[in-house]
Amino acid sequence: MRKSVVLLLGCLAGSLHAQPGPQAFVGATLLPIDGPAISNGTLLVQDGRIRAIGANVPIPAAATVHRMDGKVIMPGLVDTHSHIGQVAGADSSAPIQADVRALDSINSRHAGLMKAKAGGITTVNVMPGSGHLLSGQTNYLKLRNASTVEALAIRTESGAMAGGIKMANGTNPLRASPFPGTRGKAAALMRAQLVAAKEYCDKKDSDTPPPRNIGHDALCEVFAGERIVHHHTHRHDDVLTVLRLADEFNFRVVLHHVSEGALVADAIAKAGVAASIIHIDSPGGKLEVMNLLPDNGKVLADAGVLLAYHTDDPITDSRLFLRSAAMGVRFGLDRETALRSVTLNGAKMLDLQDRVGSLTVGKDADFIVLSGDPLSVYTRVEQTWVEGEKVFDLADPEQALFATGGYGAGRDQVASDVLQLEAAQ
Amino acid sequence: MKSALKKTSYLLGLSLLSAHLQAETLVVLAERIYTQAGPVIEAGVIVVEDGKIRQVGRQGQLRLPAGAKTLQAAVVTPGLIDARTVVGLAGYLNQPHDQDQLETSAAMQPQLRALDAFNSRERLVDWVRSLGVTTFHTGHGPGALISGQTMVRKSHGNHVDDGMMQPLAMIAAQLGPGAFGAENRSPGTRSKQIAMLRQQLIKAQEYQQKQQQAEEGKAPSRDLELEALVGVLDGSTPLLITAYREQDMQSALRIAEEFGIRIVLDGAAEAYLMLDAIKAAQVPVILHPTMARQFGELENASFTTAQKLHQAGIPFALQSGYERYVPKTRVVLWEAAMAAAYGLPYEVALASITIDAARILGIDERVGSIAVGKDADLVLYTGDPFEYTTQVSQVIINGQLVSTEAH
Repeated sequence: MRKSVVLLLGCLAGSLHAQPGPQAFVGATLLPIDGPAISNGTLLVQDGRIRAIGANVPIPAAATVHRMDGKVIMPGLVDTHSHIGQVAGADSSAPIQADVRALDSINSRHAGLMKAKAGGITTVNVMPGSGHLLSGQTNYLKLRNASTVEALAIRTESGAMAGGIKMANGTNPLRASPFPGTRGKAAALMRAQLVAAKEYCDKKDSDTPPPRNIGHDALCEVFAGERIVHHHTHRHDDVLTVLRLADEFNFRVVLHHVSEGALVADAIAKAGVAASIIHIDSPGGKLEVMNLLPDNGKVLADAGVLLAYHTDDPITDSRLFLRSAAMGVRFGLDRETALRSVTLNGAKMLDLQDRVGSLTVGKDADFIVLSGDPLSVYTRVEQTWVEGEKVFDLADPEQALFATGGYGAGRDQVASDVLQLEAAQ
Repeated sequence: MKSALKKTSYLLGLSLLSAHLQAETLVVLAERIYTQAGPVIEAGVIVVEDGKIRQVGRQGQLRLPAGAKTLQAAVVTPGLIDARTVVGLAGYLNQPHDQDQLETSAAMQPQLRALDAFNSRERLVDWVRSLGVTTFHTGHGPGALISGQTMVRKSHGNHVDDGMMQPLAMIAAQLGPGAFGAENRSPGTRSKQIAMLRQQLIKAQEYQQKQQQAEEGKAPSRDLELEALVGVLDGSTPLLITAYREQDMQSALRIAEEFGIRIVLDGAAEAYLMLDAIKAAQVPVILHPTMARQFGELENASFTTAQKLHQAGIPFALQSGYERYVPKTRVVLWEAAMAAAYGLPYEVALASITIDAARILGIDERVGSIAVGKDADLVLYTGDPFEYTTQVSQVIINGQLVSTEAH
C-alpha cells in the first residue's frame, strides 16, 4: 500500500517536470556515446524521454524546434562521486554506520547543485565522506528543477530512492578508538560487521525474524546486489583488500579514487571491478596519494578496467568535470573512453545504464548543449537538460553567475566540511 | 670586444650557475612563437648560445650556427613565471617534515628567510618545471599576519643558490580570518590584525630612525625582525598582502597609504568590487589561481576576475598559490588557460604567467619574454599551450634542456 503511494507520487513528480509536446533539437553535432558522432543531427524528445536520434529524423508537425547549429550535444554527465548539497553522513560515534542516509542531510537548495548543473552534470551520486569505514547510504540524484530530495531522487522500480553505500579504507578512517588504528583492524571490523549483517539477513524472512536493524537492512540490500558498495581506496594494497572483501562477502563494488590503481590494474580487471577515479593537478597532498600519476586512467583502461572520472566536489569543481576527462586524454587516454568515462561508464557504476549515459532512444532526455568540442578548454556548457526540461541556461545572467562565480554565487559552500575533515587528518 | 664580452659572461656563468657550462648552442624551430616582446612569429626560429637568446626571427631569414642541436615544436613561449607559490618550502607529501611554508609560534615573523627552507629537490619543483615553470616567486605562505620572506629563483639547480634571482623578494602578510591566531591567540579579529601590524610598522620606523641617527659605532643592536620591516618602510621590499574579501583589501590599501609603503595584493578574490580603488592606489595584483575553490573567503571568487583586472588596466599576474591538501600545488599554465577560456584575451593570459609576472617581480630585464640578450628560458608545446590536450614537450632554462618528458 505504502509503496504504491510512493510510486504514484513519483509519477506525479515526473509528469510535472516533463514538457508536454515533442521537442526537436536540430543542427548540432550529436555525440551519442554508444555510437558514432552524427553531424547536423536531430534529437527528438518527448515526455522526458529520447524518442529519436539521427541525421534524417522526421520532425513531427507539433514539435517545438530548437535550432542548435554549430553546437555539440552529448548526454548529461554522470558524476559517480560528489559531496554537493552540504551532504553529511555518519558522525564520530562509530566507524561503521550503515543506518545513516545521505538523503537526510542533503540541502537541495545548495549552490553546489546549481554549479553542478552549470557543469553539465545531470546524474550524481551524492555521498558522505571517507572518514569512516562505512559512512552511510548514498543517493543517486537527477539534477531536476526541484527543491526536495524526494523530487530529485532517482527511483528504483519499486519506487525506493536509489543509492549505494559508502565505504573507505586506508588512512582516512584510521582514528582514535572506537575507530581502527591499523589497516588490519579496519578490515577485521568491517568483516565482523558484514558477518553479523549476513546472519541477520539470512534470518530476516524466517518465522522468527530478529528485531529490525535499519543498518543491517541496508547491508541486506548490498548482499542482494541491489545496493552497490562505493569504496574509497588509494594505495595498491588497500585496493586489493577491497577486492578480497568483495569476494568473501560477494558484494558488488566500485573502487573510488584508486590512486595506485595502475600498480594493480590487472588484478582489478581480473576481478571485473570498475574504477571511478579523479584527476588532480599535482601528485601528493597526502601520503597515500604520493604515487597518483595523471596517466592512471590510461593504464586502468588499457588493462580493461571499466573507467569513470568523478569530481569528488569540492575536491574538484563540478563545473570543470569535463576537464578531468580531457586531462586524461592529455596523459594518454583515448578520446572515446574519456567521453564514456563521464557518461555511460559512470551510469554503469550506478546501475543506471538503461536510463542515462547515452543518447539512446528510450533513455531519459538528459543532455547538454556545448559550444564546441567537449574536451576543449574553450568550450562552455551552454544548456543542461534533464528529462526534457532545461535546468541550466548560460544565456540567463542569474544562472550564468553560478557558471562563472562572482558575488553571491558561493553562499559559502559548506561542502568544504569534507575537505577540511580530510585535510585535518 | 666580442670575445671579451663572451669571457665575461662565461665567468659570470661560472660563478652563478655551473649548469651554464653545459649549455650548448640550440636552434629552436616553431610553427608559432609567442615572444611577449612583439608580435607573434609564424614559422619562427630562436638561436640560443651561452644560456642566452642570441637571435629571434622568421625561419629562412636568420643565419643559423652550423652543427647546432635543433629542436622543433608547434608552439614556443617564454619560460613560465609563477608569480606566487610555496613549492620547495611546501612538499608534496604534506607531512610536518616537508611543510616549511608557515611557522605558527608568532603572528609576525618577517625575519624568516625563504632560502633557509627551500628544498630544490622537492618533487613539486620537478613537477611544475616539467609543465613549463622556469622561474618562481616562492617562499612563506599565507596563514599568519606576517609569515616571512619570499624569494625568486629559477626552477632548476640542486643548490638553493643555483639560479637564485632575488634571495629576498617580498615579505608575506595576510589579512582576514585566514591569518587569525590558533587557540585564542592574537590576532583574533580583523581590527586586532591591523592594530598589531600598525604597531609593528611604527616600531620599525623608530628602529630605522635610531639606526640612521646613531653616531658612528653607537647604533642600537640589530633586530632581525625590525630590520626586515625597515626594508618594507624604505621601499626596497614590497609587502605582499594576501586578502580575499573587499574589506581586507581596503585595509591593505589603508596601511599602504598610512606608511607610504609598496604593497602587492595577493589573492584578491573580490577585486572586481573595487577596481577603481586598486587602480588609483597603483597596486599590482597577484590574483588567486583561476580554479581556486570558490568557498570560504573565496565564496565570491569568479573565473572572470582576471579579465576584469585587465579591462580596468590594473597590472596583474596569475599564480599557483598555496594549497593545504590536494592538489598540493596548482600549475600556472592551467590557471592561465582557464582565465583565457573565461574571457581574458589570449596573449594577456600568457603575459600573466610570463612578462607581466616578471614586471611585478622586477625581473623583466632578464626573463619573461623571448628577446635577444635575455635568459634562454623557453617552453615547447605540441599545440596551443592552453588547450587541455596539448602537452609541454620540452623545457629550456638558461639554454639547458631541463625537461624532455612530454606532459
